[in-house]
Formats: sequence, structure tokens, C-alpha cells
Amino acid sequence: MKNIHVSTTINGDPTEFICNPDESLLDVLRNRLGLTGAKEGCGTGDCGACSVTVNGRLVCSCLVLGVEAEAAEVETIEGMANGEKLHPLQQHFIDGAALQCGVCTPGILVAAKALLEKNPNPTDTEVRYWLAGNLCRCTGYDKIIKAVQSAAAEMRGA
Amino acid sequence: MALDENGKRIFKVVGTRPPRPDGIDKVTGRAMYGADATAPGMLQGHILRSPHAHARIKSIDTSEAEALSGVKAVVTAKDFGLPDDESVLDVQDNCMARDKALYDGHPVAAVAASSAAIAKKALKLIKVDYEILPHVTDVDEAMKPDAPIVQTGRAMEDLPDGLSENVTYHFEFGHGDMDAGFAKADKIIERSFKTAATHQGYIEPHACLASMNSDGKGELWCCTQGQFYVRELCADIMQMDASQLRVTASEIGGGFGGKTTVFIEPVALALSRKSGRPVKIVMTRDEVFRATGPTVSSSTDVKIGMTKDGRITAAHATLRYQGGAFPCGTVQFGAQSAFAAYDLEAVQTIGWSALTNRPKEAAYRAPGAPMAIYAVESVVDELCQELNLDPLDVRLKNAAQKGTKSSYGPTFDDIGLKATLDAAKAHPHYAAPLGPNQGRGLSCGFWFNFGGNTCVSMNLNFDGTVGITEGNPDIGGSRASISQMAAEELGIPYEKVRTIVADTNSIGHNDVTDGSRVTFAVGLATIKAAREAIKEMCTRVAKIWDIDADAVYWEDGYAKPSGPNAGTFDPMSLEEIAAISAQTGGPIAGHHEVNADGAGVSFGVHLVDVEVDPETGATTVLRYTVFQDAGKAIHPDYVEGQMQGGAVQGIGWALNEEYIYGEDGLLQNPSLLDYRIPVASDLPNIDTVILEIPNPGHPYGVRGVGETPIVPPLAAISNAVSRALDLRMFELPMSPPKILKALSSKV
Repeated sequence: MKNIHVSTTINGDPTEFICNPDESLLDVLRNRLGLTGAKEGCGTGDCGACSVTVNGRLVCSCLVLGVEAEAAEVETIEGMANGEKLHPLQQHFIDGAALQCGVCTPGILVAAKALLEKNPNPTDTEVRYWLAGNLCRCTGYDKIIKAVQSAAAEMRGA
Repeated sequence: MALDENGKRIFKVVGTRPPRPDGIDKVTGRAMYGADATAPGMLQGHILRSPHAHARIKSIDTSEAEALSGVKAVVTAKDFGLPDDESVLDVQDNCMARDKALYDGHPVAAVAASSAAIAKKALKLIKVDYEILPHVTDVDEAMKPDAPIVQTGRAMEDLPDGLSENVTYHFEFGHGDMDAGFAKADKIIERSFKTAATHQGYIEPHACLASMNSDGKGELWCCTQGQFYVRELCADIMQMDASQLRVTASEIGGGFGGKTTVFIEPVALALSRKSGRPVKIVMTRDEVFRATGPTVSSSTDVKIGMTKDGRITAAHATLRYQGGAFPCGTVQFGAQSAFAAYDLEAVQTIGWSALTNRPKEAAYRAPGAPMAIYAVESVVDELCQELNLDPLDVRLKNAAQKGTKSSYGPTFDDIGLKATLDAAKAHPHYAAPLGPNQGRGLSCGFWFNFGGNTCVSMNLNFDGTVGITEGNPDIGGSRASISQMAAEELGIPYEKVRTIVADTNSIGHNDVTDGSRVTFAVGLATIKAAREAIKEMCTRVAKIWDIDADAVYWEDGYAKPSGPNAGTFDPMSLEEIAAISAQTGGPIAGHHEVNADGAGVSFGVHLVDVEVDPETGATTVLRYTVFQDAGKAIHPDYVEGQMQGGAVQGIGWALNEEYIYGEDGLLQNPSLLDYRIPVASDLPNIDTVILEIPNPGHPYGVRGVGETPIVPPLAAISNAVSRALDLRMFELPMSPPKILKALSSKV
């Protein structure tokens, strides 16, 4: 299979890469672009550790082909903070001890950010159902839900 | 190291909730996990696995794979030696099958190639000639005399008649006159239970990057709970000196016991040695399920006698665990822990362990205890129902306490079981009303806890900040709690301390991050290291002041003269002392090396309300409260995090998670879709109540907290479901089909 050239935008930066036609966006991000923040927990779209947004839509990057990034806007965990200033979700995850091992954290933050952009004032149940595609094995989700809600409250107030 | 005498000390840093030092790296995606590392010239390693549950390997032809362009090395068992130590050989055989493939997913060969695509293609070119053998995956079947033999020559000594050669271990614990005990009972209940094997389910699959040089030096980067144990195993398997293999632990994406051994690391090292290039291996989720450590599955008989006012008169349990294709002693922990919560005059537990054609068991949070205590606590609950007694009152009436001779031998020191039971009884959760199809369950939980070999190095920088070097991968926030204990002891702010986890050539041996040992043992060593540094600081200050070292003492971050007789001097801060340390004798450090004992056992009690849908058999957890004795909670957020995370893993075990094997002996559900761990929408908040009954074996009273929380959920939920259905459940998981089946048999 011949590689394909792709022009895209990642975290606001114009980016070009070549990849195999059957290569996942996750493999492109991790292996070709050095963006290892997205993790592969399953490769089958069941764990959400590879969550990114493509044109604002939350996706498992293990289920998206690299070539689908052509002319798209891709956002990953590496683009969430504004320089040194953490996104409120990132800050509240630290302050609220909403992470332990941290390997699911990038995916959960990307997913939670996508939720709050759609629904700035979710109920706990809405947060729990939105994040149902993001597995965490350490925390039991309790502190994650609370951190998302406290970040949402801060963002609504800001 | 005993509890400090000023046990009522007011802590300044300990007990607060500062941000974790690895927080920003983890929320920005910068933290480096096992699969995130690369090396110049790196090859991709992939592993060929047995598609059969049990098969003799007649031959392996790797010639076509080796001839494929881009393939740099192929290894099979022939590329490994034969370590003298039987347990190391078992680990090696589990990493690469020698004569027989012992389970579905057992590695038989591996390839290193210039790309993943080429490596995968090469695997398909390897020809393995298998002779398929009969298999066994169920523990009770494996113990029968006519069962297929998984490995010959591994039976226990003095194997009793009527048991298969698969039976590898037998343990017995207990004391007292069983017949007399049961004779005193007003009610005796005897039941049998089964639990399925579950997987630790860490989100990060195993990954490593190995680099062997032609001069015999090796570098290994991997996600592990114990870089030193990895080094020892790999050095033995690779037949090299430990000092020549440097192992660096990456950030670890969950372990829960499952990353306390090696699976791919020796294979990557062998491929690297053969190819002369760095080799990276990253497991797929399918490989993680098929070939890394699930728990044991169990089959248990419990018999308990009770008086009508709720006193247990005698208790007996027979536990049968299978731990996969290699000898597994985990049933010992089950037999020891089964009745640990009770003060009993007559108790006996018997444990049997058998080989099956399943992956080699690996530790999972309180290994062996949850399934044993599930069976015991289920029978205790049924006795409470039969005798119309309050289940918390019965636990309180029989609870082990200081001075109790435990069911497994030792006499307990200060323990927090009664305090947790009292807290549960007083909690509003226990009195809250229940609706139709709802039930409330509870269970005690127990874990031994552990100390073990530990080294800590503390260095004072010239600017008055402090670096701590320790050797235990941080799986639950331990870098924060260790920094807190250092700051507390030195009397400086938390922000002035940075704790790092070092590689195997940068500090002495540390046992694996397991047994709930790190905050206890590394904390203890950190406090001792700080006290050594303080002693040195006082000596330096005494020189400056020209007084006896004994006349200087340390308080709140300052060296001070001990009294008017010592002279009048302005106190000197750590920062001031460190700044001039080059002029007073050189850099100041403290270190401590210990094989720590005194870990202090841990007890918890869980309360849960469930609702069972009689139409679908689905169980919803409505409310959950964890009560646990932490001894002293150094960072309460992370103590709560352990309690919540363990509880939810137990909820998954109770309701959904199981290894399902087909008639063909193949694992039917090796994916996170079909092996369903709890997701956020399955769960309520997990409420926590931390009790602090100081552990006499730690200067601040710390007890390990990580493992106990997975123990009670199995029985607590089974008891709640059984009460909701008015039908006793005897098997885990209680997935909807199993509940519907039980309901259909209800008269």
C-alpha cells in the first residue's frame, strides 16, 4: 500500500503527514506526530482513552483513519491548555484528585470538554452517560464526576 | 518502627490534600507511559500465540518469517536458557511456551521487524505443528482424578488418593474443637459458592522498550509495579548480571497487582539481543485478556454454626482455586483471610489449588481474599436472616479486636474493625428506607498488608529544597503522600519537596508496589531518612554554635538550642543550613534501608443498596458507602480514591465481569466490549468514611489502604441482591441472565 499525503490542522497548527490508507488517526498522532497524549487502551472503540475531536465531534481516534483528517480540525489533549494556563477541567481534575494512574485522563478530559461545549450545565446523570464510553479503572468515577461539575460551574461563572 | 510516642501530635502537612506532583503531566498528556517511549533504530516486536487451549508443540518453522524483508529477529523457546529456579522457569515458560502451549493465548514465537505491518505479516509465516491435547478450565473438574493433566510432575507432595495430579498446593489453618463448636450452635448453614475469574482491567496494556548492547549491557523501559523484580526476573532469564540491566519504570496506567510480573519484557530483550536493535512490544487488549494475569476462579464450601443470639460457635471453609497453567499459591491467602474478621473459638479453613488450561494467575488487589470472604459473608448474612438478627449487630458481636487470636494464627494488635462497624451502624445509610425490589447488603473486608524491602534517599539541595529518591512506581498518588511525610518531618512546605521514582541503578532494591505497602513502608523509610538528615543538620549547627550536638534540637523546620544552658542562638532554618552546607562538611542527606515489618492489618465494611429489575435481571447499585480504617490518612483524597476504586472493581466482579471459556477451552470474551467493566453510568457516587485507628507499627500510624476495598463488595452486593429477590445467590457474577435463571427456579 502506498502512503497518502494528508493536510490537516491539529490543535490549531497546520500539519502535514503521510500515512498508510489503513492507518488509524491514533497511530498517526502517536507514531508519526509524537502526540502520545491519546492512549490506546483497546483499539476497538470500547475504552475512550484515545478520545479526540475531529471538526468538534468527539471520536475514538482508534476508529478513525488518519486520512480522514484531511482538511479537518483535530483537537487533542496536547491542545487543551492555553500555554501555561490549564483549562478549568484540567485544573479541577488536579484539585479534585480526579485521576490516579492518569492513563484514561486525556481521553476523559477531551470527552468532558466536548460535553461542556454542548451542555454547559449537565446533571450528574448526564455527565455519567456522556462519559460512559470512557473507562477508568482506578477512581470509581466519583471524583471525576465531581471535578467535571466543579469545572462546569467555574466555566459558567466565568 | 513504632508509632511515635506523641501519638496525639498535630500534623501540619499530613492529612491535607495538596496537588499531586504528577498532576500537570497527566492532565496535559505529557506523562510518559509504557507505550510512549521510542529509541533510535527501534523495531516493533509482535508475539505469535497459541490458538489452542492445550497442545503439544511438535515443531516450529520460522524460516519463511526470517526470510521476509524487514524482519530482524525471530525467537522461540529455543532462544532462552533453563533457569535453575523453578518459579523463574515458570515465568519464562509463561512468556514463551517450551514443549506445550498451556492455554489459549500462550506465546509460542515472536518477531521483531522494521514495522508493525511487517511483524504481523511475519507472524503469519511461522508454521507451528500442534498436537491438540484434552484441556480443562474448571477448578472442580481439574481436581478430579481423570482430568487432563496440565503439567506433569507438579503435583503437591503426598497427593491424597482421588485427586488429580493437577492439585499443586494444600493449606490448612485454624484452631479449636470444631465438633464441640458446631454442637453448641442453634443453627448451622452449609453452602457452596463459585466465583468467576476476573481481570485487573488496567486501561494501559503492557508495553516495554528493550535495548541490549553487544557489550552485555541492557536497558529496559516498561510499565510495571516493580522495576527491581522485573530486573531480577529478566536478568535470571537472560542469564546476565543484575547490574548490567537497568530497568526504568514508566508512568503506570493501572496495575492492581497485574503488573507485578513480566510477560513481554524477556521476549523484547531476547529479540533485541538477537537483532542488535532496540525492540518495543505493546500488547493489544486481546493479548492482555488472553495472556496476562486474571484472578483465580473459585469453588468454596462454607459451614457456620451460630447461637440464636448471634454468636458464631464454629466456622469451616474449604476453598478450591485454580490459578491457570502454573502452580499458584493464592488459595493460601484465601484460607487465611476467610474468617479474619471474626473472633472464633473453633475455626478451620482448607485450601486446594489446581492447574487448569488458563493463563497464569497474577495478583489482583487483595489476591485470594475477595472470593473467600464473599462465601463466608454470604453464609453469615443467611444466618442473620434465618435467626432474624441484625447483620451489623451480629458482626459486632463476633468482631475480631485487639487480643483476638486470628483464624490464621497471629494475635491482632490495635485494629479498626469494631470502629468501622460502629460507624456503619451510626451512618444514615443504614437506616434509610428501601423500596420494592430493593435490598441492602453489607460485608466486612480484610487484608493483611505488607511492609517489605525499601530504600529511600533524601537530599538537601543548596537552596533548601529537598529531593527524595524512592523505588516504587506510584499507582495511587504515593509521590504526593511521601512528599507530605518528608515535609511534615522536616518542617518545611510540601512544595519544597519533590519525590521521584528511580530506576534500578539509582537506588537500592525496593520490593514491588504491592501488598498496600508503599505509603506505609516508603513513608516509614522517608521519615527515618528525614530524621537522619535532621540529625546531621543539628550536628552541623552545633559546630557553628560550638556547642554539643546533643544541645541542638529540631522543631518546625529549625535547629534550635535545647535550653538556656546550651546558649542563646537564633534558630537556623533548613534553608540556611543547606545554603552553607558546603562550608560545614558537604552536602547533607539522609537515607534509610529497611525490610519493614509492622504493616498493621486492615479492615473495612461496605454498605450497599441495590434494586433488581425482575423483568430483565439487571441490578442497579443505588447507594454505596465504604467505611475503612486507614490508620492515618496521609492524603485523604487518595485514601478515598483507593476506597472508591476498589469498591467499583468489586462491583464489577459481583455483577458483570467474568472470564467465559467455551467448550473448546478458548476465551470467548477477550475485549472490553464483551468483558464489561463498570462505566460511569452504571454507578452512583461512592461515599466514604475514613476511620483512623493508628497502626502501632508506623511512626504516624499509617496502614495500607489499597487492597481491602475490593474485598467486601462481592458479598455486600450478593447479600443485597439476595435480600431484594428474597432468594439466596451462590455464584458470581450475578449478571442478568444468571439472576433471571435463579428467579425462574424460585418456587
